[in-house]
Amino acid sequence: MNVSIDLSGLGAGFADASIGSQTVFRHCLDALSHPGKVIAVEPSITLSTPAEMHRPAAAILLALLDQDTRLWLSPALRGGDAGSFLRFHTGCTLVETPASADFGLAASGADLPPLTDFAAGSESYPDRSATLVVQCAALTAGSGWTLTGPGIRDRARLSAEGIGSTFTSQWAANRAGFPCGVDVFFASADALAALPRTTRLEG
Amino acid sequence: MYVAVKGGERAILNSYALLAQARRGDASVPELTLDQIQQQLRLSVDRVMCEGSVYDPELAALAIKQAAGDLVEAIFLLRAYRATLPRLGYARPLDTADMRLWRRISATFKDLPGGQVLGPTYDYTQRLLDFTLAASGEAQAGPVASPQSEAGAVPRVVDLLGNEGLIESHEPSPGDPEPVDLTRVPISFPADRAARLQNLARGDEGFLLAMGYSTQRGYANSHPFAGEIRFGLVDVEIEPEELGFPVSIGEIEITECQMVNQFAGSKTEPPKFTRGYGLAFGASERKAMGMALVDRALRATELGEAADSPAQMQEFVLSHTDNLEASGFVQHLKLPHYVDFQSELELVRKMRAAMPESGAEAA
Amino acid sequence: MKVSDLPPPVERDANFNFAYLDERTKRMIRRAILKAVAIPGYQVPFGSREMPLPYGWGTGGIQVTASIIGPDDVLKVIDQGADDTVNAVNIRRFFQRTTAVAVTSVTTEATIIQTRHRIPETPLHDGQVMVYQVPLPEPLQKLEPREAETRVMHGLADYGLMHVKLYEDIARFGHIATTYDYPVMVDGRFLMAPSPIPKFDNPKMHMNPALQLFGAGREKRIYAIPPWTSVESLAFDDHPFEVQRWSEPCALCGATDSFLDEVITDDRGGHMFVCSDTDHCRLNRQDDDR
Repeated sequence: MNVSIDLSGLGAGFADASIGSQTVFRHCLDALSHPGKVIAVEPSITLSTPAEMHRPAAAILLALLDQDTRLWLSPALRGGDAGSFLRFHTGCTLVETPASADFGLAASGADLPPLTDFAAGSESYPDRSATLVVQCAALTAGSGWTLTGPGIRDRARLSAEGIGSTFTSQWAANRAGFPCGVDVFFASADALAALPRTTRLEG
Repeated sequence: MYVAVKGGERAILNSYALLAQARRGDASVPELTLDQIQQQLRLSVDRVMCEGSVYDPELAALAIKQAAGDLVEAIFLLRAYRATLPRLGYARPLDTADMRLWRRISATFKDLPGGQVLGPTYDYTQRLLDFTLAASGEAQAGPVASPQSEAGAVPRVVDLLGNEGLIESHEPSPGDPEPVDLTRVPISFPADRAARLQNLARGDEGFLLAMGYSTQRGYANSHPFAGEIRFGLVDVEIEPEELGFPVSIGEIEITECQMVNQFAGSKTEPPKFTRGYGLAFGASERKAMGMALVDRALRATELGEAADSPAQMQEFVLSHTDNLEASGFVQHLKLPHYVDFQSELELVRKMRAAMPESGAEAA
Repeated sequence: MKVSDLPPPVERDANFNFAYLDERTKRMIRRAILKAVAIPGYQVPFGSREMPLPYGWGTGGIQVTASIIGPDDVLKVIDQGADDTVNAVNIRRFFQRTTAVAVTSVTTEATIIQTRHRIPETPLHDGQVMVYQVPLPEPLQKLEPREAETRVMHGLADYGLMHVKLYEDIARFGHIATTYDYPVMVDGRFLMAPSPIPKFDNPKMHMNPALQLFGAGREKRIYAIPPWTSVESLAFDDHPFEVQRWSEPCALCGATDSFLDEVITDDRGGHMFVCSDTDHCRLNRQDDDR
């Protein structure tokens, strides 16, 4: 699916592509290394994102996508500017089906298809799996789910508002498929958090 | 008292200065120019371009000058430079039937359409040192040659055999998928032929020569004939999306080798000839022929042949073709390893101490 | 406190992109690093580039560091535990020239520590990143050189081959004869090569608060141990894992808890032992002076 790009309405990307990408990547690395840690995206990362995208979600994708990556957008994002914004700034390819995507962006928990729709990699190549960015209303550490696993000393707590009640059982199935599975970044209005496939969720 | 060795920084800067001096040699001898290297050491330039994977004679000449003539070092310099270049697009496949030929020979036919063209070759020189060169006595200005290009395309030998169905044909895979780009993605095994050929094209000439040679000495014999070797100029074309038709962006010199190999056939297939393919930048016949032999050997499994000789083992061959990887890892043994060595020293002492009559047997 | 014996800050060479690599290459490496963190101990293939330093000399570690480093980082580079060995100096110079970041030899000050063959004696803290240079990422390679085979073994967590090898050591020598690059199990799932650190350093990897990243440039693999992750050195019930011990303290600082290098002092068998971690040794001596 190639979208013809109307440049006139496109918002700005990173002010400094090199340092902006590096800053946001370190947020992602910090989040994935410390599951459940809520990380406020640096105020210096100013982006004019399309209305339906949260700034942290846009920042993650601008930092990680390029011409070699395929992105799937959830239905609620298809009509708006998200596709052309991300295509223009990263050169990524948009794909129709979750299974053929390297990255997926969901407008909300409600707009997220079953995790099993995405590539989970194979036993020989578990890295050939999708990374999902799921937008949510708010991220709070210290309450909500209880998290255990690599990156967490004893246990961590995370609440991702509006993710939906079926997520924990889906996540348990995702965890059980280790080393295969998807990894998830949550993006609220100003912060991000991550769940690598190694994390166990309760509650 | 012992003080830990300091001053690594100063030592490195000093070594730079010494290296520059050693490279230049006696300053009373005129300095080499890049033009001289390009014009008079063209086979060095060709090898550096080929294994350096950059077709740029001027940069290759610079690398040779900077490396004081060490071609593997020059290849390293060119590759490291290449890694920083942006990728603007991909060329269309080269059409080697349309080459303007300096040289074209076939060992399988006495004569053939387009003829045998010996061209510039060391093959039939008598390898006697020419002392007139030592005396700067070059004087024989002959006629200025140009590549043969009359009568248009010169058909390839394999195409002539193909017309009769005597040699396997190679159709593009269904859907004509993009070949993997080994400069962007690591090789994975089993590697398909496109990936193997890419790997071999960047491979070390000496390694391919030795591996190819081994197939002639009983390790994976495949009865090769040099079906055709051609050396000349070919156009490089790109097809910009917005234009919709190809445009030539220049011409490059290449050597192509098509080996023709016996194939006994099987229950389902009649006997026919199979192919091994070699391609190199510039005039690099030794490289192209070695590559073609190794390519054919690596097709053993595909053709239902036993694959138990080194040249037929793709993980063995493809993991060891690259001279940057080989040279770097062999030479990394120069780096300090005293922590690991200390661990081994301690182990050996412990094991000797544990033996009842330690050292007695050695005496 | 910055250490004064390191060369002064340098100007960034404007001929090169920040941290040398082009942005697209960095993105590719960053994606591989995230996958590595998500699958602890699994070797992620990546499109390793030719670097201006030779393969085998730290190109994997350099590419990892170049992909994570930012202007606010403080970099420490060690080889054999020392900041002043020529290879460490050369790599540190490379990053000073291409990023102009602050450098240090003080372990606690660094945000990124690139290392070859050692883990610092000073405990690492949360937020630090260790980048290991790895020559041979595949722990099974010396037992089975074909990647097509070892990949299946990792997929099935079938590590019998390694256990057999270690057991044969015990049968032959009475103990396991591997002293460095001693294989570990990460989070109970993936067998991993810790890089050629002495087995003395293996216990430091276990439940370490720092993020540990491993780069193998020539072999084109990246792998990781997230913070607070279980890392167990292989052993048998009747042959537990043990680390090296020395009968003498460090001749310079008196430390008895550090990995010691043997230094030959004359041609009549004279030798002494000194800390391989030069920063640790310096700190110990400083404390003594107070």
